[in-house]
Amino acid sequence: MRKSVSSTAVHGILILYTMLALFPIILVIMNSFKAKRAIFNTPLQPPMPWNIDLIGYYKVFGDGALGTYYVNSIVVTTGTIFFTLLFGAMAAWALTEYKFRWNTLLAIFLSLGIMVPIRLGSVSIIQMIAELNLINTLTALILVYVAQNLPLAVFILSEFIEQIPRDLREAGRCDGLSEYNIFFFIILPLLRPAMATVAVFTMIPVWNDLWFPLLLAPTGGKQTITLGVQQFLGQYITDWNAVLAALSMAIIPVLILYVIFSRQLIRGLTSGAVK
Amino acid sequence: MAEVKIHKLHKSYGSVDVLVDIKLIVEDGSFVVLVGPSGCGKSTLLRAVAGLEPISSGEINIDGRNVSDLAPAQREIAMVFQSYALYPHMNVENNMAFGLKFAGTPKAEIAKRVAEASRILQLDPLLKRKPRELSGGQRQRVAIGRAIVRKPKVFLFDEPLSNLDAALRVNTRIEIAKLHKLLKATILYVTHDQVEAMTLADKIVVMNAGRIEQIGKPMDLYYNPENLFVARFIGSPSMNTLAATVVKKHTVDLGAGVVATVTLPTSVKVGDTIHVGCRPEHCSLSSKGQPFKTLAGQIDIIERLGETGYAHVHLATGQTIVVEVRGEPLVGEGREVHVAFSPKHIHLFDNAGQRIA
Repeated sequence: MRKSVSSTAVHGILILYTMLALFPIILVIMNSFKAKRAIFNTPLQPPMPWNIDLIGYYKVFGDGALGTYYVNSIVVTTGTIFFTLLFGAMAAWALTEYKFRWNTLLAIFLSLGIMVPIRLGSVSIIQMIAELNLINTLTALILVYVAQNLPLAVFILSEFIEQIPRDLREAGRCDGLSEYNIFFFIILPLLRPAMATVAVFTMIPVWNDLWFPLLLAPTGGKQTITLGVQQFLGQYITDWNAVLAALSMAIIPVLILYVIFSRQLIRGLTSGAVK
Repeated sequence: MAEVKIHKLHKSYGSVDVLVDIKLIVEDGSFVVLVGPSGCGKSTLLRAVAGLEPISSGEINIDGRNVSDLAPAQREIAMVFQSYALYPHMNVENNMAFGLKFAGTPKAEIAKRVAEASRILQLDPLLKRKPRELSGGQRQRVAIGRAIVRKPKVFLFDEPLSNLDAALRVNTRIEIAKLHKLLKATILYVTHDQVEAMTLADKIVVMNAGRIEQIGKPMDLYYNPENLFVARFIGSPSMNTLAATVVKKHTVDLGAGVVATVTLPTSVKVGDTIHVGCRPEHCSLSSKGQPFKTLAGQIDIIERLGETGYAHVHLATGQTIVVEVRGEPLVGEGREVHVAFSPKHIHLFDNAGQRIA
């Protein structure tokens, strides 16, 4: 009896939290299908036959630039994920597997990156990117995001690598694999769940970021979708239909990426390796 | 197959010596077992031969080639780990073929070797399974299969049976013995289980605290232990040893006034302490004196194993002696008894633990 009460309470809290978290998203999606008047008069009403208006979507699809912004966002996000995972896993492997002189110092240096917000360095980053002639390029964004996410990635992946039985690496060595092959063919496949976790952590803030796109790639067709949407927000007039439609569309790619990665979040991948 | 020669091998971590002056020859095709208590350095020695552990000084030769500074892969060895260490993301077939693929072995040759290994180890029905779908014994067979396909010069086994349950351990032990006969392989095998050592080995190496205590054939170690450590370590239950004082030439006091006549070398002087050892099967229980003076005591407990049993006798001197009893013992727990040694079968060690007779 007591158990069922507490389990009901837990589920109640979870449902409440889910509703709270989903509410703004549902509101955005709902209202993106409504006429402007209906958005303001009855914001909480779902789209009904008499207030449906797809003008927002017509504008979004009609605007060729927005398509480019989508592609930009996708390139930046996947690029960031790819390099964060590759360099993160390699650094984590080196730091956990090999004992060299500056090992501990390097690990501490990397973990500092978790504590210090990268935005504090915005001014120097702009200077640096400008000197590299990378303003208004996606490369600039990817570089900054990889730097931003690498420390946490190294930290999480190191923990996972430590859990991979030592015998496996040594079996690889006895089997005649080079250190690179051990990393790519034994360690990386076993890190899949951990890498999926890191990918999800990395992906969402990068996709949603407004700060660095605004600073580093604000024009020249290199805007990301979050920045691209801003063109509908004016000082005097805001095209809410278009904003809501664009934001609703912006959910889709990140949702697809999430589904891909979450399928990798299988536990017990190393089971069977050792007793 | 090949011979392994270890010469003056020394290894230390900082100031701690983990392997001291190891000299060992594993003859071509022989089965050598390293045995010793936990932390005696036997696994470290095996890993040093494998190349997974760097050595401080000395030399390791495999097939006449000094491999001391070579990477594991270049030593032409194959290791079977205690934890099996199968690649969890590959099926059985790929686990076995993995190393060969990287060595650039032709596909047909890989397929041939995997087929042969899986036939020998009866792995055919399991080839497409992942390690997590296998039982402990099957995983162990795959681990051995992975070693076989490499056609190594030397097989290294690191406590391969310790993760298996008792029944499976006995079966796998026999499998390994058969495999050795079949492959005529040179095998270096580490275990802490002396039954495994006794049953499998052509030659046993008893190690303690980083040193080799004795090397010999299983029954040699059993009947002629060179020192107290080997005497106590080999045999289950282990040999009874009693401290004794030399009171006269060829006469020792076993404590509590029990004196016995033994043959001592001249190096032993009156007043020296020596150790008298006797295995449980060479002790007997009686109610009265025997040719060899008997020790009085009380039976603490009797372990019944079926045909034989072991009586743990608490002596008046405070020591405990284990005596083998056959069939149903006539005396019960708590009874006062005398323990007699068969004088032919006693072992004598000096105070430093070295054999004197």
